[in-house]
Amino acid sequence: MANLETNFIGIRSPNPFWLASAPPTDKEYNVRRAFEAGWGGVVWKTLGEEGPPVVNVNGPRYGAIWGADRRLLGLNNIELITDRPLQTNLEEMTRVKRDYPDHALIASLMVPVNEDAWKSILERVIETGCDGVELNFGCPHGMSERGMGSAVGQVPEYVQQVTEWCKKHSDLPVIVKLTPNIADIRKPAQAAKDGGADAVSLINTINSITSVDLDMFSPEPMIDGKGAHGGYCGPAVKPIALNMVAEISRSPELAGLPISGIGGVTTWRDAAEFMALGAGNVQVCTAAMTYGFKIVQEMISGLSQYLDEKGMASVDELVGRAVPNVVNWQDLNLNYISKARIDQNSCIKCGRCYAACEDTSHQAISMSDDRVFEVIDAECVACNLCVNVCPVEGCITMERLPAGEVDPRTGTTVSDDYANWTTHPNNPMRCAAE
Amino acid sequence: MSETALTPGIVAGRLDAPAYDENFGDLHPRLDEHEALVAADRCYFCHDAPCITACPTEIDIPLFIRQIATGTPEAAAETILEQNILGGMCARVCPTETLCEEACVREAAEGKPVLIGQLQRYATDTLMEAGTHPFSRAAPTGKRIAVVGAGPAGLACAHRLAMKGHEVTIFDGRDKPGGLNEYGIAAYKTVDDFAEREVDWLLKIGGISIETGKRLGRDMTLAELAGGHDAVFLGIGLGGVNALSLEGEDKDNIRDAVDFIAELRQASDLTALPIGRDVVVIGGGMTAVDAAVQAKLLGALNVSLVYRRGRERMNASAYEQDLAASKGVRIITNAQPVAIHGNGAVREVEFEYTDDDLSPTGQTFRLAADQVFKAIGQTLDAASALPALEGRKIRVSGAGRTSSEGIWAGGDCASGGDDLTVTAVAEGRDAAEDIHASLMG
Repeated sequence: MANLETNFIGIRSPNPFWLASAPPTDKEYNVRRAFEAGWGGVVWKTLGEEGPPVVNVNGPRYGAIWGADRRLLGLNNIELITDRPLQTNLEEMTRVKRDYPDHALIASLMVPVNEDAWKSILERVIETGCDGVELNFGCPHGMSERGMGSAVGQVPEYVQQVTEWCKKHSDLPVIVKLTPNIADIRKPAQAAKDGGADAVSLINTINSITSVDLDMFSPEPMIDGKGAHGGYCGPAVKPIALNMVAEISRSPELAGLPISGIGGVTTWRDAAEFMALGAGNVQVCTAAMTYGFKIVQEMISGLSQYLDEKGMASVDELVGRAVPNVVNWQDLNLNYISKARIDQNSCIKCGRCYAACEDTSHQAISMSDDRVFEVIDAECVACNLCVNVCPVEGCITMERLPAGEVDPRTGTTVSDDYANWTTHPNNPMRCAAE
Repeated sequence: MSETALTPGIVAGRLDAPAYDENFGDLHPRLDEHEALVAADRCYFCHDAPCITACPTEIDIPLFIRQIATGTPEAAAETILEQNILGGMCARVCPTETLCEEACVREAAEGKPVLIGQLQRYATDTLMEAGTHPFSRAAPTGKRIAVVGAGPAGLACAHRLAMKGHEVTIFDGRDKPGGLNEYGIAAYKTVDDFAEREVDWLLKIGGISIETGKRLGRDMTLAELAGGHDAVFLGIGLGGVNALSLEGEDKDNIRDAVDFIAELRQASDLTALPIGRDVVVIGGGMTAVDAAVQAKLLGALNVSLVYRRGRERMNASAYEQDLAASKGVRIITNAQPVAIHGNGAVREVEFEYTDDDLSPTGQTFRLAADQVFKAIGQTLDAASALPALEGRKIRVSGAGRTSSEGIWAGGDCASGGDDLTVTAVAEGRDAAEDIHASLMG
């Protein structure tokens, strides 16, 4: 069995599966249940400064979108940071860390942008014995209207400044949680790094309106006939999160900056994908909120089996393995030519590949009277849409044409030389091939 | 209650009163909203979907299921009903396992088709319970059309003609309209007077009058009808029944299964409906199954369904056979009746085993029988002068055109197509379109 134990910026945990700072980590009761269920670490629900706690709405806090069979695909929330007294949270964190010394316990923090506020809360948090702090520069709703959360994360100068304060006033590892509600994730990541952050975590939630009540004409979740945008998370955001993680991982300036991957992690496979793109561990929220804490058991067994199958002794061997293969479009090999192949034995004859190709793509699939669907190589551009709309896994695949064969679409002979856009004759900016 | 399943002879009240309600309750209760949404989610929205092709009325099934999935079952119902005005009944009685659901790609994928029939019922029930009728009539054409037979073919034809603006009179020999929907289908498939309610709902289109108790050949001739109308549609079904042609067939307590089914359907109190202790049903079609199952549900102790060929040749679908077996009906195949024993009333039926080409094997057996139901096929009741026949049915070409100018036919009485409710609806509808084109062309 592969060893799932991880050491993320000096913080040890029995496995790389942490619960993200969110509703599931708001109380001692929940966190103890999480650790008992097998979670390796917990980022406690974000703490605010001393004083009267924030208040939450008293109507619905979540909106959602669903896939078939009402599978929850995306969740949107308008919940604020913890609405319990700071002292209560600190006492609970202290007890939990004392009882679970081998599990990671991280304090998530969000206070106004002034040095005293950060110094003050850090002093309190250090006393809990927690393993590190995560700076919440991400929440896009509510707190951002008060100059915190994503309002900080969207200004790299603030990110750097606050990070510097935190490093100055504590010895704890500092993780900066980034908001995706920006144009270029590398800018705040760079600011965090420049401020001395030990790691970044991303993504926080995405500005969103999940749906509109068509009787009340109000966004959901609806509070007394009104709705505010919320933060979007869950499986639907995973592709956005993966890209942002990869952008940081493959940036030469940010190379080596540890990343805690967040965004729609639902299965061990999702977690492995984040890790392959450079995340040292992952944080999970929506999946736990959808299915309960027990899902971590599948993540543990699945990742462990995968590492074994790949001959990897630890998660460290997986982290970043896919990063060298994330390139710019112009670096893709234009001589790589493939064609769709339909396995007639597994085809159930639904015809969705045909409809997709015929109506919206390249008319590269034929349909016979008895519903046999076949690829027309002379038309197929290998776009992959048929693969994506086919309801049967593995029924349609892409097959590379071997070198020397003629591509019936273009009439050219397939070459196994690598050639990309930078040297393509149609590119007015081309440079000479080397 | 004094009678039990063991009481010899033909008696009523073999069961406790509540057992009748349970036995004759809805075979497939309507899906609730959650069940419908889960079932609808399984539809792949296939291109040129095989289920549509498999449906005799070519209902756009993927579209109506998508309309259910998106919370508009009324729109789904309209999609169904514009192709099949008796979509509510077809949702209940269609052998979907050999039609749309057999063709469903998820049958190929997982052996579990989308529940098309039950989703159709969910949609049509929703709309019909709202009491709305989504279709309206075109401007009056002044044309008058006679429809003979108020069964599925006649009703479908009449509705489509009324939509086109024609004036339609339906003549039917029975007391109530509906044909086999009203008289010929097992009670548990169409509970709560659905057949009657469906006819009432259908008639909301307007422009259709029904004259019951008017039988062709008895109360009027085809020539009279043709003379008094711009067109005639014959949807007279198969009013006759085949005989066993055995000595002793006229003994007491041997009757046609269709009569038993009709009597049961019209009975106001099933506890008063007598049934034998030992019942033998002869035949292998849907009528045989409906009679056998209902005999069992009425409390018969032993019900045997005996068919002369192998199981795979039975007209009743595998689903219907399984239903019968699950209710306790004993299915005996490859046996044909050779003698009826009894003094006055039937006591036993003697069968001889046959091989697959119906050659006698010389091996016989007897089944005790208080009551025998014959279900070996129905025939055209040719009491009246009809257009030319093809075999034992009215010959039609194209959309129900008979050999006689101005006379169309469809449903079970017409040649071609399976004897199914849904096929009758399709033929009635298509004949109406052809009549309209002929009259207005």
